[in-house]
Amino acid sequence: MTASDRRPLPDPAACQAVAEQMLSFALRAGADAAEVLVRDGSELEVKIRLGEPELVKEAGSRALGLRILKDNRAAVTYTSDLQPDAMASLARQTVELAGLAEPEPLAALPARELMAGQVPDLELWDDAVPSLDVREAMRRALRGEAAARKLDSRITNSEGAVFGRVMGAMAFATSAGFAGSYRGTNVSYVVEPVCDDEGGKKRNGAYWSSSRYLATLLDEEAVGIEAARRTLAKLGSRKVATAEMPVIFAPEAARSLLGQLAGVISGGAVWRRSTYLAQRAGPPVASPLISVVDDPHLRRAPGSRPFDAEGLATRPNVVISEGVLRTFLCDTYAGRKLGRPSTGSAGRGIGGGPHVSTSNFILRPGRTPPAEIEQVEGGLYVTELMGFGFNGVTGDYSQGAGGFWIEKGERAYPVSEITISANFDDLWKGVDAVGSDLDTRSSVQAPTLRVSRMTVAGR
Amino acid sequence: MLTVGRVVTLGLGVRVLRGDATGYAYTEELSEERMREAARTAGQIAASGAGPGPVSIQPVALPDFYPVREPSLVRPGADKVELLRRADRAARAHDPRIVRVEVSLSEEWREVLVVSSDGALARDRQPMIRFGVSAVAEEGGKRQGGRSGGAARRGMEQFERPGQSPEEHGREAARLAVAMLHAQDAPAGPMEVVLGPGESGILLHEAVGHGLEADFNRKKTSNYTDQIGESVASPLCTVVDDGTLGSARGSINVDDEGNPGRRNVLIENGRLVAYMQDRISSRHFGAPPSGNGRRESFRHEPLPRMTNTLLQAGSDDPQDIIRSVKRGVYAKNFSGGQVNISNGDFVFSLTESYLIEDGKLTAPLKGVNLIGNGPEVLRQVTMVGSDFKLSDGTWTCGKDGQSVPVGIGTPTVKIAQITVGGTRAG
Repeated sequence: MTASDRRPLPDPAACQAVAEQMLSFALRAGADAAEVLVRDGSELEVKIRLGEPELVKEAGSRALGLRILKDNRAAVTYTSDLQPDAMASLARQTVELAGLAEPEPLAALPARELMAGQVPDLELWDDAVPSLDVREAMRRALRGEAAARKLDSRITNSEGAVFGRVMGAMAFATSAGFAGSYRGTNVSYVVEPVCDDEGGKKRNGAYWSSSRYLATLLDEEAVGIEAARRTLAKLGSRKVATAEMPVIFAPEAARSLLGQLAGVISGGAVWRRSTYLAQRAGPPVASPLISVVDDPHLRRAPGSRPFDAEGLATRPNVVISEGVLRTFLCDTYAGRKLGRPSTGSAGRGIGGGPHVSTSNFILRPGRTPPAEIEQVEGGLYVTELMGFGFNGVTGDYSQGAGGFWIEKGERAYPVSEITISANFDDLWKGVDAVGSDLDTRSSVQAPTLRVSRMTVAGR
Repeated sequence: MLTVGRVVTLGLGVRVLRGDATGYAYTEELSEERMREAARTAGQIAASGAGPGPVSIQPVALPDFYPVREPSLVRPGADKVELLRRADRAARAHDPRIVRVEVSLSEEWREVLVVSSDGALARDRQPMIRFGVSAVAEEGGKRQGGRSGGAARRGMEQFERPGQSPEEHGREAARLAVAMLHAQDAPAGPMEVVLGPGESGILLHEAVGHGLEADFNRKKTSNYTDQIGESVASPLCTVVDDGTLGSARGSINVDDEGNPGRRNVLIENGRLVAYMQDRISSRHFGAPPSGNGRRESFRHEPLPRMTNTLLQAGSDDPQDIIRSVKRGVYAKNFSGGQVNISNGDFVFSLTESYLIEDGKLTAPLKGVNLIGNGPEVLRQVTMVGSDFKLSDGTWTCGKDGQSVPVGIGTPTVKIAQITVGGTRAG
């Protein structure tokens, strides 16, 4: 394949030009105000299994989302047809569509003076990523799986290893007086070995690495070996007896709890009264060991963004400080419903309107080494969670879990097919240890946590 | 507030197979240049140039499992807004404790054209209409939510079906929110569980459905690997995946590889009969295509996926099933489930359930998970009701990052023992 056949790299300036052109079409079609989001992305995914290629997937796509306001009525549309005629026609259809909506003055665009000024460079793009081709991705994918299979003869099978790369540019233009763009890269790698256990059961485990920069992606062999260790550790898993006990969450499991917490501190959930934390700012919502920040400005971090999906400047927001709720995260609409300013936390899917979303949502690590947190007489160490057993309206929490039984501070045996449950309010207030081992691989980041008491249902 | 939106996507995906390996590319720009690029990119997987050569294309004759009487997209928007308002009014009128109601209507019209190097050309249009109501009830500082919704491959006639009017969904969401205000802490530990008809099909989908998708069995990573012909469930269980049910959410006239939708018996009286196949796996097993090669969109490669997965009716009176339980849980509504294919452990989350005491439903229970192991739980099925019901809910199945609409259904079922994940130990 010659270079000229290749789709060009995602180009923020070109995206911004499309966004600004669409904005003018929308205003010409009669919109009172409009916002345009343009995304240009490309993905490469290479999956190998048992040393053979299983999937090579490569594609790019470019599309825009339009939101317009006319007489305080909003409509949202999407298209991947970026020919000027098609864009102009979509602008007219969108204005027409808004006629169906109800007037909602609070849905107006944010004030001009709140718009982001300069777009800071958060170092989200790595020049080494675009040159990574299928052959190189394949070579890397093979290395980690081979390392996993070589580690132990009990690794008898594999769900495979996947190397992925994404590159994207996004641009945003609003008639409230802002246009900006940025681009980013990400590479990721996962290995998932399988081994045979007693009774015909199989055990699978996985380990992964993900990074905006190729140089900081974990070595593929290291990922494969860790995946194999985690899989082997599950051999002989059994249930524990039903009882109340201390429960320790490994950083990966704690991340799931933190993601659910993000849902209930969202201003959108508060005005919808769909969170148990509505009307709760002030008194503690968690143990004094818990501090949570949403930080969009971390350099090279997965969830960083220089401006939000309404064109507002982003900023770090302290959400919980030593157990006390400091703020709900708000976009402009949620802020207006709650009588407070936006926290610069608007996200937006390309086919939808703005909504509250987190950037890098981080539970601040404590000082306790994780090994020390496991020093309990008897308890459960949770490495994985399953299911959808969280009700944000009431805080009722009940999830499937797997991990290890801890006896006198030691991991005694692996555990599976159990559930853990508590009310979310009690769970967060019951945290009695926070580890120093923050897991920074994803945009929701947590260290090891220990909850003093939860109900574990098993035998 | 009332918001409206519209999305149009158009694209083409190219898959090139070489043995069990897949090359895949897609484009949303249908210029010849971009289509050629997609074809070349997908072709990277094939090292040598020995392709299938020119093929002559023949249209595949397809059934029509979902004729639409009144296409919805062409109807004026104001008619649809009125449906939302009717549901909102009904939910609020149901009980003064309802403090918030959200109603949504979405319509999809999907045109699919599949052409393969076998020479098959299949064309389908796949309608979907979806209505959902969520309500929040408050009383004395307590707050609870309830949902009701329906989805089918129909047009506006969907709202004339029993249970599908905006008012019925509005009242049902409100009823559930209010009923759960006084829910008790659920028990913890193994116990008898009765699954209500319809929605409980989520258990089947997780406990056995995914494990019978042929890709996992081809790779020998499912716990049903190499078990065709063996007993994998109680003899009371006959499990069918049926893509041919009239207008059902999971039905397909044709799958995304060009094979017609079919009814496939997976488990017959407890014995494993067949897996659900896609093209790669059916070649591997030498099995006929089963019409299960589905994908989310042109951006995704096909995988073996479920359509409507059902447990056939048995002979027990549903009331007798409840009466037979001294102390247990009656499961009525669910928010979803998840399974680990390799060891068979699955969970499903109850949003409406009741304690059974001395053969009678008593207190409503707070949201709780059940956890079990697929093959073990299916052997624990001790009674199967005569009251089969297809769920009318908006079920969406996720696998490898791809979502497809599915249907589920069961009669009332008794499971002798499964672990209930409540907060009340002992």
